[in-house]
Amino acid sequence: MDLAIIVGLDVISGIASLVLISAGLAVIFGMMKIINLAHGEFLMLGAYATVLSVSAGVNIWIAMLIIAPVFVGLVGVIVERCLIQFLYGRLVDTMLATWGLSLVIVGGTTMIFGNTIVGVASPLGGFTVGAFQSSLYTPFLALMAVLLMTAVWAVMRFTRAGLIARAVMQNPEMAATLGVNPARVYMATFGAGAAMSGLAGGLLAPVAGVVPTMGAAFIAKAFITVVGGGTSVLWGLITASGLFGFINQIAAFLTTPVFGEVILFIAAVALIRMLPTGISGKFFKGRL
Amino acid sequence: MQKLNGMAGALIGSVLLAGAIIIAPGYVDLFQIMQFTVFAAMAVLALSLGFIWGYGGILCFGQTSFFGLGAYAYAVTAINFDDSTYAILLAILIPVIFAALLGYFMIYGGVSDVYLGVITLTVSLILFNLVNSTAGDFYKIGDARLGGFNGIPGVPTFNVPGNPSYILSPEQSWIVTGLALIAVYLGLRVLIASSFGRIILAIRENETRAALLGYDPRIYKLITFMIGGAIAGFAGALYVNWGAFVSPTIFALGLSAQIIIWVIIGGRGTLIGPVIGCLLMQWMVTEVGAQQTLDANFILGAVLIVFVLLVPKGIAPTLRDLILSRSRETSSEPEQSPVKVKP
Repeated sequence: MDLAIIVGLDVISGIASLVLISAGLAVIFGMMKIINLAHGEFLMLGAYATVLSVSAGVNIWIAMLIIAPVFVGLVGVIVERCLIQFLYGRLVDTMLATWGLSLVIVGGTTMIFGNTIVGVASPLGGFTVGAFQSSLYTPFLALMAVLLMTAVWAVMRFTRAGLIARAVMQNPEMAATLGVNPARVYMATFGAGAAMSGLAGGLLAPVAGVVPTMGAAFIAKAFITVVGGGTSVLWGLITASGLFGFINQIAAFLTTPVFGEVILFIAAVALIRMLPTGISGKFFKGRL
Repeated sequence: MQKLNGMAGALIGSVLLAGAIIIAPGYVDLFQIMQFTVFAAMAVLALSLGFIWGYGGILCFGQTSFFGLGAYAYAVTAINFDDSTYAILLAILIPVIFAALLGYFMIYGGVSDVYLGVITLTVSLILFNLVNSTAGDFYKIGDARLGGFNGIPGVPTFNVPGNPSYILSPEQSWIVTGLALIAVYLGLRVLIASSFGRIILAIRENETRAALLGYDPRIYKLITFMIGGAIAGFAGALYVNWGAFVSPTIFALGLSAQIIIWVIIGGRGTLIGPVIGCLLMQWMVTEVGAQQTLDANFILGAVLIVFVLLVPKGIAPTLRDLILSRSRETSSEPEQSPVKVKP
């Protein structure tokens, strides 16, 4: 029974971290149909912002919940203005340019901070289930994932900005003829997606080794989740994270973490083979 | 006529280059020869992506999967059999089988450009993680320990086929690698000029139209993908032969990025372009590696961004267009570029 609770917690944390690391990518991909290959580096920048702020004496909650997303959001807006905006409609070129960007960010961070691992202590203690120990940080991550998804849903559903965003997502030309400026919406979206990546990076900083190359560890999972989920930001992300997180953690529990990842990947390829447009392309067409 | 001239030019150039490769060890010191060898092995890898992306229209972000699989297949077989002949064959065969499986899932699943890029990228990352975790005595194939992140040291290098006791010297290895590069280049040139090559070009330009003309695009794309896998695996064998060492970094993101950069810089839709791009960047990275202030990734990324934004066609096609427009000004004869480049 205790073991079941612990495995259940593992599954929940697996799903929550997939939601967190993929959310920013899903927003940018779902709305702009842009694959941002610098996504992992946005996460890394968020983690660095958190660690550096904490070591400068800032409260850790402020560092990871406010400083990290704001900083990376600003980086996102700058990147959109300087790079992405010239490449709309050139899908593959955008992918290549963001890859170049990711190399530049990794290289730049290495030059400034070196290759050493920096860390920040987890701010919450642990608890015990029978003979097992677990960290309170796990349920906290799950809570943050739920809050993030709820916030995205609420903004999209109830605010004017969300309405405009959904309009541009469905048909940019039509929205433009109705007086919306798609370029500005794209800029804001890219910034928002980057901010969400920054938040995820900040939240993961206490549980991951913070190095310039850490983005590469997340990028594969984030991509597979977003591609498996399809273009629907909310439902695609939630269903794909749920499915892949579950498969990953159960497989990792039964074998080793590495084989868990391999099995996750094989499951994802099989899924994309069956549903080339992702889960939401088949089941949640046109939903948020 | 133009096509024939191009082929004749390629042949003459290749023969001249082959001559230069053979006499080079007499004039250049061993360190340089070793450098040339690794450059040539990497150029073969560049050709593999240049072919499937530039001609087949398949953007494979994880060409290192096949390169690495080929390298590991070579290393494991060479250690077990002490004869590099089978090792080279397996270094080609295993990536081809892997490419067939992966390609079947992606191409027959209707996975399009960007998704295909994402999946292949993920495959190389997963392979990296997988091979990285094979430290310890438990993970071995025959006599070959996979060694996890430490890699496999002391891999036997090429020997004369059928005579395992005659191992090639570094100079002879250079000649083999250099000639292999030329052979792969010419082989691809012939392939592209053949009817198969015309069909894959037609599919790249307009898949629906090619399908309506009666060609099944999927099987042609799959075969293209497998040929790319074979060449990349062969490049892996050449690479291991150079260093007698293989480690999981061969699958790493950095190298996958570099291959794409070579092709982008040299030019898509040409075969000489990726080779030029590869040699240029390899040389640059070596130069950059010698100094400490600027990180190599930083420079690679910056170069990639500049090329995507400003020279999207790459060096070779841009130069060719320049030369062609010059000659068009001087002569009134209508000329046609041998290969159309997709914008």
